[in-house]
Amino acid sequence: MSDIREAITRAHHEEWARVVAALTRRFGDLDIAEESAAEAFAIAVERWPADGVPPNPGAWLTTAANRRAIDRIRRESKRDDKQKEARMLYDDAAPEPAGAIDDERLRLIFTCCHPALAMETRVALTLRMVGGLTMPEIARAFLVGEAAMGRRITRAKAKIKAARIPYRVPSEQDLPARVSGVLAVLFLVFNEGYLATGPGTDPVRHDLTAEAIRLTRLIRTLLPRDGEVAGLLALMLLTEARRAARVSPRGELVTLGEQDRGAWDPALIAEGHHLVRERLATGMPPGRYQILAAINAVHTSARDVRDTDWSQVVALYDQLIRLDPSPIVALNRAIAVAELDGPEVALAAVDRLEASLTGYHAYHATRADLLRRLGRSGPSRAAYDRAIELAGNTAETAYLTRRRDQLG
Amino acid sequence: MQYLVSVIFDQAGLATEGEMAAIDVFNDRLVAEGHWVFAGGLAEPGTATVIDNRGGAEMITDGPFVESKEFLAGFWIIEAPDLDVALRLAADGSRACNRKVEVRPFR
Repeated sequence: MSDIREAITRAHHEEWARVVAALTRRFGDLDIAEESAAEAFAIAVERWPADGVPPNPGAWLTTAANRRAIDRIRRESKRDDKQKEARMLYDDAAPEPAGAIDDERLRLIFTCCHPALAMETRVALTLRMVGGLTMPEIARAFLVGEAAMGRRITRAKAKIKAARIPYRVPSEQDLPARVSGVLAVLFLVFNEGYLATGPGTDPVRHDLTAEAIRLTRLIRTLLPRDGEVAGLLALMLLTEARRAARVSPRGELVTLGEQDRGAWDPALIAEGHHLVRERLATGMPPGRYQILAAINAVHTSARDVRDTDWSQVVALYDQLIRLDPSPIVALNRAIAVAELDGPEVALAAVDRLEASLTGYHAYHATRADLLRRLGRSGPSRAAYDRAIELAGNTAETAYLTRRRDQLG
Repeated sequence: MQYLVSVIFDQAGLATEGEMAAIDVFNDRLVAEGHWVFAGGLAEPGTATVIDNRGGAEMITDGPFVESKEFLAGFWIIEAPDLDVALRLAADGSRACNRKVEVRPFR
């Protein structure tokens, strides 16, 4: 019985996006594709325990979903013949640009992450259509009501249909911008899992980080030569590798320097390092995710925090600032500078960021730590207070509170 | 599939000579590539008149139906197979007329 349940879960992970994508391609309608796929999985849950798992679960599910879709279209077209017309494929089999990868799931991802949709909608739609998460799961992950999440997805599907957001891999000209849009969606999903916000949630939502990694792996198999795809995957793997060491048994955040490095996942680190080395070997200029992955590779290469090659970390941040001169990057660079040139130099750099980062908890947490190291307890305490006020993650709040209360 | 590409602007005054020339080049391309349906530039919003005959007693009032800083300065109606094609054309149109545009599908 548990074997069957496992087989269904596995089929859901492996086949959901493929089934939805194949149906969208055939019927040109995300709604029909999604609902028929869901019905096919419901039938599998009912039948497989009695009939056994079919030899090719994917084909079985696609056939079942296709039947449901055809039934549905027949039922609905009796009501309204015009709708049938609207359901004609709007892909109209335009010739694919040379070199573009023809994979159904890739089409689906690009449609869900279309820039004409709001960012939060892209995230929800990708998790539903590509990830197969249920509406309550998505609603819970982003702390919105189920009804509101349902409306958001319904609105998005209506816009895709009415405005004819195409179901295909973007043209060569649009591709780089669109890929980076897809990666932004996946990075957002990962970060929400990695630093979950909200008082009632677990500090780390492994379901979301795992889903983001799974989808990024999928993109990587579809676009194996894209450096930023590899970079983002490496960044996620090297971050995920530290998950077990990142929160103490008491639910407190453990900073990089204090983590038990023996608890890091060596397989994920090896895979992440391999990807970073692979990108370095191409000699091509790295993008933002590749640089962030490289920084994480330096950290995870040190067996002890004292072995960290801080000059390398600072050099990578310098490279990152040239690509992305944002105050948040400057803040992270300053944290590395503190290790290389001391907290006083770092504090001066951090203080210059006040105007733009005064509402950001990490700015105050960084200042608090630097002031503490400089023995300036009073200002440090005030900075901790401000950081605690602004932090949304329960593990982080617990860590900051302990640090503050330890001040002399 | 037809899309309305609305030109949005917030200042009085017509397109400059350079902008007009760029718009002409863009229009010629729309025609040549089979995207052209119709296009037009509008006089400033202050020239608008609103008429309401819903109740049978027609009411004529001066001015645009909404007062806002941004207004419709002109439009294209284009033919495109899908939104990606429409967005690419709209991006070129925005560049040509040097104004922001909105893309909206016809039903």
